[in-house]
Amino acid sequence: MSVASNSTHVALRGPARGTGTAMIAAALLLVAVAAPFVLYPVFLMKVLCFALFACAFNLLIGFAGLLSFGHAAFFGSAAYIAAHTVKVWNWAPEFGLIAATAVAGLMGLVFGLIAIRRQGIYFAMITLALSQMVFFLALQLPFTHGEDGIQGVPRGTLFGLFDLNQPLTMYYAVLAIFVGGFALIWRTVHSPFGQVLKAIRENEPRAVSLGYRTDRYKLVAFVLSASLAGLAGGTKALVFQLASLTDVTWQMSGEVVLMTLLGGMGTLFGPVVGAGLVVTLESYLASTSLPVPVVIGCIFVVCVLVFRRGIVGELLARLPKRGR
Amino acid sequence: MVSLLGIPPQVLFGQLLLGLINGSFYALLSLGLAVIFGMLNVINFAHGALYMVGAFVAWLLLTYAGVGYWGALVVAPLVVGLLGIALEKSMLSRLYKLDHLYGLLLTFGLALILEGAFRHQYGVSGQPYPIPDALKGGQNLGFMFLPNYRAWVVVASLTICFGTWFAIERTKLGAYLRAATENPTLVQAFGINVPVMVSLTYGFGVALAGLAGVLAAPIYQVSPLMGSNLIIIVFAVVVIGGMGSILGAIVTGLGLGLLEGLTKVFYPEASNIVVFVVMAIVLLIKPAGLFGRER
Repeated sequence: MSVASNSTHVALRGPARGTGTAMIAAALLLVAVAAPFVLYPVFLMKVLCFALFACAFNLLIGFAGLLSFGHAAFFGSAAYIAAHTVKVWNWAPEFGLIAATAVAGLMGLVFGLIAIRRQGIYFAMITLALSQMVFFLALQLPFTHGEDGIQGVPRGTLFGLFDLNQPLTMYYAVLAIFVGGFALIWRTVHSPFGQVLKAIRENEPRAVSLGYRTDRYKLVAFVLSASLAGLAGGTKALVFQLASLTDVTWQMSGEVVLMTLLGGMGTLFGPVVGAGLVVTLESYLASTSLPVPVVIGCIFVVCVLVFRRGIVGELLARLPKRGR
Repeated sequence: MVSLLGIPPQVLFGQLLLGLINGSFYALLSLGLAVIFGMLNVINFAHGALYMVGAFVAWLLLTYAGVGYWGALVVAPLVVGLLGIALEKSMLSRLYKLDHLYGLLLTFGLALILEGAFRHQYGVSGQPYPIPDALKGGQNLGFMFLPNYRAWVVVASLTICFGTWFAIERTKLGAYLRAATENPTLVQAFGINVPVMVSLTYGFGVALAGLAGVLAAPIYQVSPLMGSNLIIIVFAVVVIGGMGSILGAIVTGLGLGLLEGLTKVFYPEASNIVVFVVMAIVLLIKPAGLFGRER
């Protein structure tokens, strides 16, 4: 059943590799802290939002073997919720983000209850159809303002202390949110719960026969993934001060699939790398006359045909096999 | 004429006709998806894009070669079918040993490429395509006005749907196909060239989409995005019907088209989402779909 079964299995490695990963993470964190002094902060924040989104998506596909083709519904709806609560109800940004995450989690619960009744390819189609329903709702409900979206969302002051209108403050807030979300995913993947998810991915009937209620595990993973996707969407709404229909389209769902596929499904850092590459590529393409969807589509096709492990997956596969 | 539930009959029957036409397209497309899925175990995300290509081939033939509707009705499905066979031979056939989800991802990429390319070339606005002379005008049925072309679309797509059903369920070729769906290795051992059959099945399935595109060209405008929104509804239709049965795909497609039409009459705000709501309800009650078998 699993897409990622041919990729490297992160948690099956020994403790030596675990400390190695921790060191890489620490080095990356240092780079991320220094980055806004070199690169444009808004660009970096966009990368971080999409990286969190892709990591949340990867939790499902990479570690539970569930391909959701409707994750834009959580990302985009959460953006609307954050924008509406902060702009119209004048909530503080932290409460806007909590509301966004909670709504996305609730939606994940409803979607999950419906979608996990089927497996594999049907699961993908059902999540896609449900997210298209959310798209039509976003188009028609009054509070989303249809084609215009919610514009001019104030960033506000985080915890009443940090003025998010300062680009650097906003950046570090986004970085903290990302690191928090990433740490949660890390913890989940390396917990007994994560091990059960992987067992389900590898062989669901066997997991059932061992006495696990696999549907419940899948549902919890789905809700967690949807909530984190929502957190990413809400953060993006604050960064860009905008929530629009773009974030709920099926193209957005496809984009997060691509980021994860390109970086490496089932690897912890893969989605981060993939998100960075795709966002960079898109901002580069925006200044050329090349049609973006065609380029994205070509990368999709190449990845599926010859590069299924993704960048990080390929790197891990080439490393010497110590500690396994 | 008296009104039904406060709705003038012209409105009711007009929307029902629109629903029937939408349903015809759902049926044609979900039929192609079901045929392809049965044989290849691939959900063809590019189906909507190939439907769009079919419509564009008709428009290009008319604009640049002077070939009219009836010629396009033959040429466009052939072009789309050959394109499909080329895609299957060069790319899809490499993925059969892997998880089925890779087929979905590959065809998603192909859909992006096709749509992006046409959008780049022709923009997002639609190109008008004229109704052929022989089908202009309409009939006054007393309770409503029935345009000839729309009647033709319904009749033509129903004929194709049932023709396909007959070919698969009642002919020898169809028997080979069904046998190869059940057990390709055994059928291959009997001396039937299964890989060729798989390519032809994919070609046939997408040719149906191309044909639907030509039928749709005079009703909806020919635009690069005409397929992408349709395909997701068709996915929902396929989930509702279950992919086990050809007849199920046809009946579900038509039924949901009609239901959508009725929703437009009684509660227009919900007409975009009614198919998805039905999908959710069906999944909660009968997860395998109305006509499906749990596999």
